Amino acid sequence: MPKTLLRLRVNGEDHDVAAATHKTLLEVLREEMGLTGTKHGCELGECGTCTVLVDGQPVLSCLALPIELEGREVTTVEGMAVGGRLHPLQQAFAELGAAQCGYCTPGILLTARALLAENPKPTRQEIRTALAGNLCRCTGYTKILDAVELAALRSTGGEP
Amino acid sequence: MKPAPFEYHDPRSIDEAVALLARHGADAKVLAGGQSLIPLLAFRLARPAVIVDINRIPGLDYVRNEHEGLAIGALARQRQLERWALDGSPFLCTALRHVGHAAIRTRGTIAGSIAHADPAAELPALLLCLDGSVMARSSSGQREIPARELFVSHLTTAVRADELITEVRLPGLPDGAGWGFLEVARRHGDFALVGVAAVVALRNGRIAQARVALFGCGAAPVRATPAEQALAGQAPTRGTFAAAAREAAGTLTPDADLHASAEYRRSVAHTLMVRALAAASERARGPG
Repeated sequence: MPKTLLRLRVNGEDHDVAAATHKTLLEVLREEMGLTGTKHGCELGECGTCTVLVDGQPVLSCLALPIELEGREVTTVEGMAVGGRLHPLQQAFAELGAAQCGYCTPGILLTARALLAENPKPTRQEIRTALAGNLCRCTGYTKILDAVELAALRSTGGEP
Repeated sequence: MKPAPFEYHDPRSIDEAVALLARHGADAKVLAGGQSLIPLLAFRLARPAVIVDINRIPGLDYVRNEHEGLAIGALARQRQLERWALDGSPFLCTALRHVGHAAIRTRGTIAGSIAHADPAAELPALLLCLDGSVMARSSSGQREIPARELFVSHLTTAVRADELITEVRLPGLPDGAGWGFLEVARRHGDFALVGVAAVVALRNGRIAQARVALFGCGAAPVRATPAEQALAGQAPTRGTFAAAAREAAGTLTPDADLHASAEYRRSVAHTLMVRALAAASERARGPG
Protein backbone atom coordinates (compact mmCIF):
# COMPACT_ATOMS: atom_id res chain seq x y z
CA MET A 1 0.00 0.00 0.00
CA PRO A 2 1.56 3.32 -1.01
CA LYS A 3 2.10 5.83 1.73
CA THR A 4 1.22 9.48 1.58
CA LEU A 5 3.39 12.16 3.11
CA LEU A 6 1.42 14.14 5.67
CA ARG A 7 2.31 17.22 7.65
CA LEU A 8 0.60 17.07 11.01
CA ARG A 9 0.82 19.61 13.80
CA VAL A 10 0.82 17.68 17.07
CA ASN A 11 1.43 19.21 20.50
CA GLY A 12 2.72 22.43 18.98
CA GLU A 13 5.24 20.87 16.59
CA ASP A 14 5.04 20.09 12.89
CA HIS A 15 5.71 16.47 12.00
CA ASP A 16 6.19 14.98 8.54
CA VAL A 17 4.74 11.50 8.60
CA ALA A 18 4.44 8.89 5.88
CA ALA A 19 1.29 6.80 6.31
CA ALA A 20 -1.28 4.98 4.19
CA THR A 21 -4.41 7.12 3.80
CA HIS A 22 -6.70 4.47 5.30
CA LYS A 23 -4.82 4.57 8.63
CA THR A 24 -6.75 6.42 11.31
CA LEU A 25 -5.30 9.27 13.35
CA LEU A 26 -5.15 6.87 16.30
CA GLU A 27 -2.96 4.42 14.38
CA VAL A 28 -0.70 7.14 13.01
CA LEU A 29 -0.22 8.80 16.40
CA ARG A 30 0.65 5.52 18.07
CA GLU A 31 2.41 3.55 15.38
CA GLU A 32 4.07 6.17 13.19
CA MET A 33 4.75 8.87 15.75
CA GLY A 34 5.27 6.80 18.89
CA LEU A 35 2.71 8.81 20.85
CA THR A 36 1.24 5.88 22.74
CA GLY A 37 -0.45 8.00 25.40
CA THR A 38 -3.53 7.99 23.19
CA LYS A 39 -5.19 4.68 23.95
CA HIS A 40 -6.67 2.20 21.58
CA GLY A 41 -10.12 1.04 22.66
CA CYS A 42 -13.15 0.02 20.63
CA GLU A 43 -12.23 1.63 17.27
CA LEU A 44 -15.93 2.29 16.79
CA GLY A 45 -16.49 5.57 18.56
CA GLU A 46 -18.12 4.07 21.62
CA CYS A 47 -15.54 4.19 24.41
CA GLY A 48 -13.86 7.61 24.17
CA THR A 49 -10.41 6.43 25.28
CA CYS A 50 -8.77 7.60 22.03
CA THR A 51 -10.05 11.19 22.43
CA VAL A 52 -7.60 13.91 21.37
CA LEU A 53 -8.17 17.62 20.83
CA VAL A 54 -8.32 19.14 17.37
CA ASP A 55 -8.17 22.93 17.54
CA GLY A 56 -9.15 22.54 21.21
CA GLN A 57 -12.26 20.43 20.58
CA PRO A 58 -12.53 16.77 21.55
CA VAL A 59 -12.35 14.36 18.60
CA LEU A 60 -12.20 10.57 18.55
CA SER A 61 -8.89 9.73 16.89
CA CYS A 62 -10.18 6.29 15.87
CA LEU A 63 -12.80 7.97 13.66
CA ALA A 64 -10.61 10.58 11.99
CA LEU A 65 -8.22 10.24 9.10
CA PRO A 66 -5.04 12.27 9.59
CA ILE A 67 -5.22 13.54 6.02
CA GLU A 68 -8.41 15.40 6.94
CA LEU A 69 -6.59 17.18 9.75
CA GLU A 70 -3.59 18.67 7.97
CA GLY A 71 -3.15 22.24 9.11
CA ARG A 72 -5.14 21.68 12.31
CA GLU A 73 -3.70 21.68 15.82
CA VAL A 74 -3.81 18.20 17.38
CA THR A 75 -3.23 17.85 21.13
CA THR A 76 -2.60 14.50 22.78
CA VAL A 77 -2.07 13.70 26.45
CA GLU A 78 1.69 14.05 25.87
CA GLY A 79 1.04 17.73 25.18
CA MET A 80 -0.67 18.46 28.49
CA ALA A 81 2.29 18.81 30.84
CA VAL A 82 4.40 21.87 30.10
CA GLY A 83 8.12 21.93 30.95
CA GLY A 84 7.81 18.98 33.32
CA ARG A 85 4.90 20.58 35.18
CA LEU A 86 1.69 18.59 35.16
CA HIS A 87 -1.45 20.24 33.86
CA PRO A 88 -3.78 21.16 36.76
CA LEU A 89 -6.13 18.36 35.68
CA GLN A 90 -3.29 15.81 35.75
CA GLN A 91 -2.20 17.11 39.16
CA ALA A 92 -5.74 16.78 40.54
CA PHE A 93 -6.16 13.28 39.05
CA ALA A 94 -2.89 12.17 40.66
CA GLU A 95 -3.69 13.67 44.06
CA LEU A 96 -7.20 12.24 44.26
CA GLY A 97 -6.41 8.83 42.79
CA ALA A 98 -8.79 9.43 39.90
CA ALA A 99 -7.12 6.69 37.84
CA GLN A 100 -7.33 2.98 38.53
CA CYS A 101 -6.02 1.02 35.57
CA GLY A 102 -5.49 4.34 33.78
CA TYR A 103 -6.60 3.25 30.34
CA CYS A 104 -9.43 5.79 30.07
CA THR A 105 -7.42 8.57 31.72
CA PRO A 106 -5.83 10.25 28.66
CA GLY A 107 -9.17 10.57 26.89
CA ILE A 108 -10.84 11.85 30.05
CA LEU A 109 -8.08 14.40 30.72
CA LEU A 110 -8.38 15.86 27.23
CA THR A 111 -12.18 15.89 27.24
CA ALA A 112 -12.12 17.63 30.63
CA ARG A 113 -9.56 20.12 29.37
CA ALA A 114 -11.85 21.08 26.48
CA LEU A 115 -14.74 21.43 28.94
CA LEU A 116 -12.80 23.71 31.31
CA ALA A 117 -11.55 25.85 28.42
CA GLU A 118 -15.13 26.55 27.45
CA ASN A 119 -16.77 26.45 30.86
CA PRO A 120 -14.24 27.16 33.66
CA LYS A 121 -16.76 26.55 36.47
CA PRO A 122 -18.88 23.62 35.36
CA THR A 123 -21.50 22.08 37.63
CA ARG A 124 -21.19 18.42 38.54
CA GLN A 125 -23.93 17.66 36.04
CA GLU A 126 -22.13 19.57 33.27
CA ILE A 127 -18.98 17.55 33.99
CA ARG A 128 -20.99 14.33 33.82
CA THR A 129 -22.53 15.34 30.49
CA ALA A 130 -19.17 16.36 29.02
CA LEU A 131 -17.55 13.06 30.07
CA ALA A 132 -20.54 10.89 29.13
CA GLY A 133 -18.71 9.58 26.07
CA ASN A 134 -15.68 8.40 28.06
CA LEU A 135 -16.10 4.98 29.60
CA CYS A 136 -14.17 3.92 32.70
CA ARG A 137 -14.55 0.18 33.11
CA CYS A 138 -12.94 0.27 36.54
CA THR A 139 -16.00 2.47 37.26
CA GLY A 140 -13.99 5.03 39.19
CA TYR A 141 -16.28 7.85 38.10
CA THR A 142 -16.74 9.53 41.47
CA LYS A 143 -13.06 10.37 41.88
CA ILE A 144 -12.83 11.43 38.23
CA LEU A 145 -15.66 13.92 38.75
CA ASP A 146 -14.07 15.08 42.03
CA ALA A 147 -10.72 15.64 40.29
CA VAL A 148 -12.25 17.69 37.47
CA GLU A 149 -14.05 19.79 40.09
CA LEU A 150 -10.82 20.30 42.03
CA ALA A 151 -8.88 21.33 38.93
CA ALA A 152 -11.66 23.76 37.98
CA LEU A 153 -11.67 25.23 41.47
CA ARG A 154 -7.89 25.73 41.46
CA SER A 155 -7.84 27.15 37.94
CA THR A 156 -10.45 29.75 38.86
CA GLY A 157 -8.58 30.85 41.96
CA GLY A 158 -10.53 28.96 44.61
CA GLU A 159 -7.50 26.94 45.74
CA PRO A 160 -8.14 24.41 48.48
CA MET B 1 -11.04 -3.83 13.53
CA LYS B 2 -9.53 -1.32 11.17
CA PRO B 3 -10.58 0.12 7.82
CA ALA B 4 -9.39 -1.76 4.74
CA PRO B 5 -7.33 0.14 2.15
CA PHE B 6 -9.17 2.37 -0.28
CA GLU B 7 -8.37 4.77 -3.09
CA TYR B 8 -8.56 8.28 -1.67
CA HIS B 9 -9.69 11.45 -3.42
CA ASP B 10 -10.04 14.91 -1.92
CA PRO B 11 -11.85 17.05 -4.49
CA ARG B 12 -11.66 20.84 -4.11
CA SER B 13 -15.07 21.62 -5.61
CA ILE B 14 -18.58 20.15 -5.74
CA ASP B 15 -18.21 19.67 -9.50
CA GLU B 16 -15.04 17.66 -8.97
CA ALA B 17 -16.72 15.60 -6.24
CA VAL B 18 -19.77 14.70 -8.31
CA ALA B 19 -17.55 13.86 -11.29
CA LEU B 20 -15.77 11.33 -9.06
CA LEU B 21 -19.12 9.94 -7.89
CA ALA B 22 -20.29 9.68 -11.52
CA ARG B 23 -17.13 7.76 -12.39
CA HIS B 24 -17.09 5.38 -9.43
CA GLY B 25 -20.82 5.03 -8.64
CA ALA B 26 -21.60 2.49 -5.95
CA ASP B 27 -17.88 1.72 -5.45
CA ALA B 28 -17.43 5.15 -3.87
CA LYS B 29 -18.46 6.52 -0.47
CA VAL B 30 -18.52 10.16 0.53
CA LEU B 31 -16.52 11.06 3.63
CA ALA B 32 -17.57 14.19 5.53
CA GLY B 33 -17.37 13.94 9.34
CA GLY B 34 -16.72 10.20 9.22
CA GLN B 35 -18.54 9.47 12.46
CA SER B 36 -20.87 6.96 10.78
CA LEU B 37 -18.72 5.95 7.81
CA ILE B 38 -15.48 5.11 9.63
CA PRO B 39 -17.16 2.69 12.09
CA LEU B 40 -18.76 1.00 9.04
CA LEU B 41 -15.31 0.73 7.44
CA ALA B 42 -13.73 -0.53 10.66
CA PHE B 43 -16.46 -3.15 11.07
CA ARG B 44 -16.06 -3.98 7.35
CA LEU B 45 -19.80 -3.51 6.98
CA ALA B 46 -18.87 -1.26 4.09
CA ARG B 47 -15.78 -1.76 2.00
CA PRO B 48 -15.78 0.93 -0.68
CA ALA B 49 -12.97 0.88 -3.22
CA VAL B 50 -12.96 4.69 -3.34
CA ILE B 51 -13.39 7.38 -0.69
CA VAL B 52 -14.41 10.84 -1.83
CA ASP B 53 -13.41 13.14 1.03
CA ILE B 54 -15.36 16.41 0.73
CA ASN B 55 -13.63 18.12 3.69
CA ARG B 56 -11.47 20.28 1.44
CA ILE B 57 -14.31 21.72 -0.58
CA PRO B 58 -14.46 25.36 0.51
CA GLY B 59 -17.68 27.11 1.50
CA LEU B 60 -19.76 24.10 2.49
CA ASP B 61 -19.70 24.61 6.26
CA TYR B 62 -22.45 27.21 6.47
CA VAL B 63 -25.57 27.50 8.63
CA ARG B 64 -27.78 30.38 7.52
CA ASN B 65 -31.35 31.62 7.67
CA GLU B 66 -32.95 30.97 4.30
CA HIS B 67 -36.11 29.55 2.78
CA GLU B 68 -38.10 30.37 5.99
CA GLY B 69 -35.80 28.11 7.91
CA LEU B 70 -32.20 27.03 7.94
CA ALA B 71 -29.93 26.16 5.06
CA ILE B 72 -27.17 23.89 6.35
CA GLY B 73 -24.14 23.14 4.18
CA ALA B 74 -22.86 19.59 3.79
CA LEU B 75 -19.83 20.30 5.99
CA ALA B 76 -21.62 22.07 8.86
CA ARG B 77 -20.80 20.12 12.02
CA GLN B 78 -23.33 19.06 14.60
CA ARG B 79 -21.54 21.04 17.33
CA GLN B 80 -21.62 24.09 15.10
CA LEU B 81 -25.41 23.85 14.71
CA GLU B 82 -25.76 23.09 18.42
CA ARG B 83 -23.94 26.33 19.29
CA TRP B 84 -26.00 28.22 16.74
CA ALA B 85 -29.21 26.73 18.18
CA LEU B 86 -28.33 27.65 21.79
CA ASP B 87 -29.80 31.06 21.08
CA GLY B 88 -33.47 30.64 20.34
CA SER B 89 -33.83 27.16 18.82
CA PRO B 90 -34.37 24.83 21.78
CA PHE B 91 -36.00 22.14 19.61
CA LEU B 92 -32.84 21.79 17.49
CA CYS B 93 -30.58 22.07 20.49
CA THR B 94 -32.42 19.32 22.39
CA ALA B 95 -32.39 16.98 19.41
CA LEU B 96 -28.68 17.61 18.73
CA ARG B 97 -27.66 16.91 22.31
CA HIS B 98 -29.01 13.41 21.90
CA VAL B 99 -26.65 12.80 18.95
CA GLY B 100 -23.70 10.77 20.23
CA HIS B 101 -21.37 12.66 22.56
CA ALA B 102 -19.55 15.97 22.27
CA ALA B 103 -16.52 14.37 20.58
CA ILE B 104 -18.76 12.78 17.94
CA ARG B 105 -20.58 16.07 17.32
CA THR B 106 -17.30 17.97 16.88
CA ARG B 107 -16.67 16.09 13.63
CA GLY B 108 -20.09 14.71 12.70
CA THR B 109 -22.08 16.66 10.12
CA ILE B 110 -25.82 17.21 9.91
CA ALA B 111 -25.92 16.14 6.26
CA GLY B 112 -23.82 13.06 7.00
CA SER B 113 -26.13 11.81 9.72
CA ILE B 114 -29.09 12.29 7.39
CA ALA B 115 -27.31 10.57 4.48
CA HIS B 116 -26.38 7.66 6.74
CA ALA B 117 -30.07 7.21 7.67
CA ASP B 118 -29.75 5.10 10.76
CA PRO B 119 -33.36 4.35 11.68
CA ALA B 120 -32.66 5.17 15.34
CA ALA B 121 -30.88 8.48 14.64
CA GLU B 122 -32.27 11.83 15.76
CA LEU B 123 -31.50 14.14 12.84
CA PRO B 124 -33.39 12.18 10.15
CA ALA B 125 -36.46 12.20 12.44
CA LEU B 126 -36.06 15.93 13.07
CA LEU B 127 -35.88 16.60 9.33
CA LEU B 128 -38.98 14.47 8.79
CA CYS B 129 -40.89 16.18 11.61
CA LEU B 130 -40.10 19.66 10.26
CA ASP B 131 -40.93 18.68 6.65
CA GLY B 132 -37.39 19.50 5.59
CA SER B 133 -35.51 18.43 2.51
CA VAL B 134 -32.03 17.91 1.10
CA MET B 135 -30.46 19.28 -2.06
CA ALA B 136 -28.73 16.52 -4.04
CA ARG B 137 -26.23 17.32 -6.81
CA SER B 138 -24.94 15.06 -9.52
CA SER B 139 -23.00 15.74 -12.69
CA SER B 140 -26.34 15.97 -14.51
CA GLY B 141 -27.96 18.53 -12.22
CA GLN B 142 -29.52 19.27 -8.88
CA ARG B 143 -32.76 18.17 -7.23
CA GLU B 144 -34.52 18.74 -3.94
CA ILE B 145 -35.60 15.59 -2.13
CA PRO B 146 -38.27 16.07 0.56
CA ALA B 147 -37.70 14.19 3.81
CA ARG B 148 -40.87 12.17 3.23
CA GLU B 149 -39.32 10.64 0.09
CA LEU B 150 -35.77 10.50 1.42
CA PHE B 151 -35.72 7.73 4.02
CA VAL B 152 -36.26 4.45 2.22
CA SER B 153 -35.04 1.82 4.64
CA HIS B 154 -32.27 0.88 7.06
CA LEU B 155 -29.20 2.96 6.04
CA THR B 156 -30.85 3.58 2.67
CA THR B 157 -32.01 6.89 1.20
CA ALA B 158 -33.36 8.07 -2.13
CA VAL B 159 -30.01 9.78 -2.80
CA ARG B 160 -28.39 7.99 -5.75
CA ALA B 161 -24.81 6.72 -5.70
CA ASP B 162 -23.79 9.47 -8.16
CA GLU B 163 -25.36 12.23 -6.04
CA LEU B 164 -23.92 14.34 -3.23
CA ILE B 165 -26.08 16.01 -0.57
CA THR B 166 -24.86 19.60 -0.72
CA GLU B 167 -27.39 21.19 1.62
CA VAL B 168 -29.96 20.30 4.25
CA ARG B 169 -33.02 22.55 4.47
CA LEU B 170 -34.62 22.63 7.86
CA PRO B 171 -37.80 24.73 8.05
CA GLY B 172 -38.61 26.51 11.31
CA LEU B 173 -41.55 25.64 13.53
CA PRO B 174 -44.95 26.77 12.25
CA ASP B 175 -46.09 30.05 13.85
CA GLY B 176 -47.10 29.64 17.46
CA ALA B 177 -46.24 25.95 17.50
CA GLY B 178 -44.66 24.11 20.40
CA TRP B 179 -42.31 21.13 20.24
CA GLY B 180 -41.52 17.95 22.11
CA PHE B 181 -38.46 15.74 21.72
CA LEU B 182 -37.99 12.63 23.80
CA GLU B 183 -36.08 9.41 23.52
CA VAL B 184 -35.22 6.38 25.56
CA ALA B 185 -31.71 4.94 25.23
CA ARG B 186 -29.74 2.50 27.35
CA ARG B 187 -27.11 5.16 28.01
CA HIS B 188 -27.04 8.86 27.28
CA GLY B 189 -25.56 9.35 23.81
CA ASP B 190 -26.45 5.91 22.50
CA PHE B 191 -28.75 5.49 19.56
CA ALA B 192 -32.35 5.58 20.73
CA LEU B 193 -34.32 2.44 21.49
CA VAL B 194 -37.26 4.63 20.58
CA GLY B 195 -37.64 8.37 20.12
CA VAL B 196 -40.33 10.88 19.21
CA ALA B 197 -40.20 14.39 17.73
CA ALA B 198 -43.52 16.24 17.89
CA VAL B 199 -44.85 19.65 16.89
CA VAL B 200 -48.25 21.03 17.92
CA ALA B 201 -49.88 24.30 16.85
CA LEU B 202 -53.05 25.45 18.63
CA ARG B 203 -55.87 27.70 17.47
CA ASN B 204 -58.71 28.80 19.75
CA GLY B 205 -57.82 26.14 22.26
CA ARG B 206 -57.86 23.31 19.71
CA ILE B 207 -55.13 21.53 17.78
CA ALA B 208 -54.65 23.32 14.46
CA GLN B 209 -51.84 21.05 13.37
CA ALA B 210 -49.88 18.17 14.87
CA ARG B 211 -46.82 16.42 13.52
CA VAL B 212 -45.16 13.36 14.95
CA ALA B 213 -42.02 11.61 13.74
CA LEU B 214 -41.06 8.33 15.39
CA PHE B 215 -37.58 6.81 15.23
CA GLY B 216 -36.05 3.53 16.33
CA CYS B 217 -39.40 1.91 15.52
CA GLY B 218 -38.75 0.32 12.14
CA ALA B 219 -36.48 0.35 9.11
CA ALA B 220 -36.73 4.14 8.73
CA PRO B 221 -38.10 7.08 10.73
CA VAL B 222 -41.85 7.47 10.14
CA ARG B 223 -44.46 10.18 10.38
CA ALA B 224 -47.62 9.15 12.25
CA THR B 225 -49.81 10.59 9.50
CA PRO B 226 -53.20 9.03 10.40
CA ALA B 227 -52.72 10.03 14.04
CA GLU B 228 -51.75 13.57 12.98
CA GLN B 229 -54.94 13.83 10.93
CA ALA B 230 -57.03 12.48 13.78
CA LEU B 231 -55.55 15.08 16.16
CA ALA B 232 -56.43 18.09 13.99
CA GLY B 233 -59.41 19.96 15.44
CA GLN B 234 -59.36 18.09 18.74
CA ALA B 235 -58.88 19.56 22.20
CA PRO B 236 -55.27 19.09 23.37
CA THR B 237 -56.00 16.75 26.27
CA ARG B 238 -54.14 13.76 27.61
CA GLY B 239 -57.02 11.56 26.42
CA THR B 240 -56.78 12.86 22.86
CA PHE B 241 -53.02 12.32 22.80
CA ALA B 242 -53.36 8.81 24.26
CA ALA B 243 -55.89 7.81 21.59
CA ALA B 244 -53.62 9.15 18.82
CA ALA B 245 -50.59 7.40 20.29
CA ARG B 246 -52.50 4.12 20.55
CA GLU B 247 -53.39 4.38 16.89
CA ALA B 248 -49.82 5.23 15.86
CA ALA B 249 -48.11 2.60 18.03
CA GLY B 250 -50.45 -0.09 16.69
CA THR B 251 -49.14 0.41 13.16
CA LEU B 252 -45.43 0.26 14.08
CA THR B 253 -43.29 -2.74 13.18
CA PRO B 254 -40.17 -2.26 15.30
CA ASP B 255 -37.27 -4.70 15.27
CA ALA B 256 -36.50 -6.88 18.23
CA ASP B 257 -32.86 -7.12 19.26
CA LEU B 258 -30.83 -7.74 22.39
CA HIS B 259 -31.63 -4.24 23.66
CA ALA B 260 -35.42 -4.45 23.51
CA SER B 261 -38.28 -6.56 22.21
CA ALA B 262 -40.61 -5.25 19.51
CA GLU B 263 -43.44 -5.15 22.06
CA TYR B 264 -41.38 -3.05 24.47
CA ARG B 265 -40.46 -0.60 21.71
CA ARG B 266 -44.12 -0.27 20.72
CA SER B 267 -45.06 0.38 24.31
CA VAL B 268 -42.33 3.00 24.77
CA ALA B 269 -43.33 4.65 21.48
CA HIS B 270 -46.86 5.02 22.83
CA THR B 271 -45.72 6.52 26.13
CA LEU B 272 -43.19 8.89 24.56
CA MET B 273 -45.66 10.05 21.92
CA VAL B 274 -48.21 11.03 24.58
CA ARG B 275 -45.54 12.90 26.54
CA ALA B 276 -44.01 14.61 23.49
CA LEU B 277 -47.42 15.79 22.27
CA ALA B 278 -48.29 17.05 25.77
CA ALA B 279 -44.96 18.91 25.98
CA ALA B 280 -45.45 20.41 22.51
CA SER B 281 -48.96 21.52 23.33
CA GLU B 282 -47.83 23.00 26.65
CA ARG B 283 -45.12 25.01 24.87
CA ALA B 284 -47.59 26.11 22.19
CA ARG B 285 -49.93 27.38 24.90
CA GLY B 286 -47.65 30.20 25.81
CA PRO B 287 -44.60 31.66 27.40
CA GLY B 288 -42.57 29.59 29.74
